[in-house]
Amino acid sequence: MLTVILMGVGFLFTLIGVFMNMNDDHFITRFLSNFLVDSFFFFSIGLGALFFLALQYATETGWYATVKRVIEGLTGYLPYGILTMVIVLLTLTFMHGDHIYIWMNPDYYSESGHHYDKIIAGKRPYLNEIFFWIRTIAYLGIYYMFYLGFKKRSLEEDRVGGTDIHFRNYRKGALFLVFFAVFSSTSTWDWIMSIDVHWFSTLFGWYVFAGMWCTTMTVLVILVLYLKKQGYLPKVNDSHIHDIGKWTFATSFLWSYMFFSQFMLIWYANIPEEATYFITRIEEFKVLYFGMFFVNFAFPMLILMSRDAKRNARILTLVGILIIAGHWTDVWIMISGGSLGANAHIGWMEIGMALLFAGVFIRIVLTKLTKAPLTPVNHPFLDESIHHDI
Amino acid sequence: MADKVIYAMYGDDDVLKDGAKKLVSKGVKIAEVFSPFPIHGIDPIIGVKNTRLGIMAFLYGLTGLALATIGMRYFMVGDWPMNIGGKPNFTYLDNILAFIPISFEFTVLCAAHGMAITYLIVNRTLPGMPASNPDPRTTDDKFVMELRMSENAGFSESELEGMLKDTGMIELDQKEVK
Repeated sequence: MLTVILMGVGFLFTLIGVFMNMNDDHFITRFLSNFLVDSFFFFSIGLGALFFLALQYATETGWYATVKRVIEGLTGYLPYGILTMVIVLLTLTFMHGDHIYIWMNPDYYSESGHHYDKIIAGKRPYLNEIFFWIRTIAYLGIYYMFYLGFKKRSLEEDRVGGTDIHFRNYRKGALFLVFFAVFSSTSTWDWIMSIDVHWFSTLFGWYVFAGMWCTTMTVLVILVLYLKKQGYLPKVNDSHIHDIGKWTFATSFLWSYMFFSQFMLIWYANIPEEATYFITRIEEFKVLYFGMFFVNFAFPMLILMSRDAKRNARILTLVGILIIAGHWTDVWIMISGGSLGANAHIGWMEIGMALLFAGVFIRIVLTKLTKAPLTPVNHPFLDESIHHDI
Repeated sequence: MADKVIYAMYGDDDVLKDGAKKLVSKGVKIAEVFSPFPIHGIDPIIGVKNTRLGIMAFLYGLTGLALATIGMRYFMVGDWPMNIGGKPNFTYLDNILAFIPISFEFTVLCAAHGMAITYLIVNRTLPGMPASNPDPRTTDDKFVMELRMSENAGFSESELEGMLKDTGMIELDQKEVK
């Protein structure tokens, strides 16, 4: 019901946004930027869950067994996330980037173009449509294959039991982390950093990855709290929730650390070609940009610091929703701040599309959760997890 | 006030835990447990309160943050404005980004050291302090439970010893303390 309302409201807001801005010069760019923001944001939650699952496999973690199916439910959005990413990236490719990926536009990279840009032309060997698509297909294809494998083995484990599958997962999880270590950086360069095509930062991939991880942990804690309240997760106790709360707390710090490292180094060096990124963001979105940093850093730090807060469902949910909104704003500033610059602002369309995507996301995840028993039956660490106590 | 202390030794931590549960359910107050490693789940059984070390860590961290801020404000801005790479140095706030890493490090330093020293003082285990465990074997592979007669006024000595013997202990000892 909630998801239908979310989708309905989102659709309505999007329609209002579309009709209000139809004659705007930047309408198509704005629409596609939003599409990219929401596609990437929700795709990254599914991907973050897949990464987290692989991390648990590779480290042979015990405590998470009772919430494993919830993590897998979140990865269930991944195929749809891949689909939306492919749709938006294909559209952009056919429109020659449409001011979002201006390096796709011959006007910028061919010497006869009106806006010939030497730097963009110099980046042609890496940033060209064909190589871009080879990489994109490699990322998405490999993620999807691992997703299918993890899903298949998890269900098989329920039927067969034993430890064979556990050790296979262990190897596959480690292998996924190897791929992900490279892909999490390069895919971010391709999809997001190339919007500000002149600008570069080697930390950017980790920065986006940290934000993605934090969002995933926050969504996970809210989802676990919701399911527990509905009585679907009787085996989950306060200690599990405390641990996921700790993940939210820790990854918020990781993200803040990345934000600050990137920001301070560029501020200190003060090289024009690097500083330009922050100059745009600070001049155009000062309140949003620092407000988003404040929400994503100070709230979890001050509110989630104590042990009792991490065990309190209300505090966790409230802080969690704020952090999710904060990280969405972060992605929005990264993408729309680059593609539209001064013309970007959050209006009906932005909020509407985010709500629409959120509704679809929640609906898909909840549906996926019904497909398998919510507590794994034969997980080798299940007993340890049931007695988890910290 | 003179007091009599009973020490019961166990060879296994699970036996000790089950025994402690039984004793507490009968109303016996257990003063202390000595063990070579932390026994998981013993704290709520013998009624040890949650540690307040975390609160102290927060306070030490705040102290570190304040000291670092005052120090850097004085060294880098007040006493002699330092010009490093042409960065603004008229007020602390202008250049705050450069000061954050040091503030962070000093916060962590003070919190960590303060916490470690507090821990050692509260446990009376600072280097050179006399050992307070009743038997050296509790640092090896034995576990000792300590009962104080003054805290168990409702029971006689023989009653307590009888109950202890039922819990699977392997050695019994007692001592007069001042």
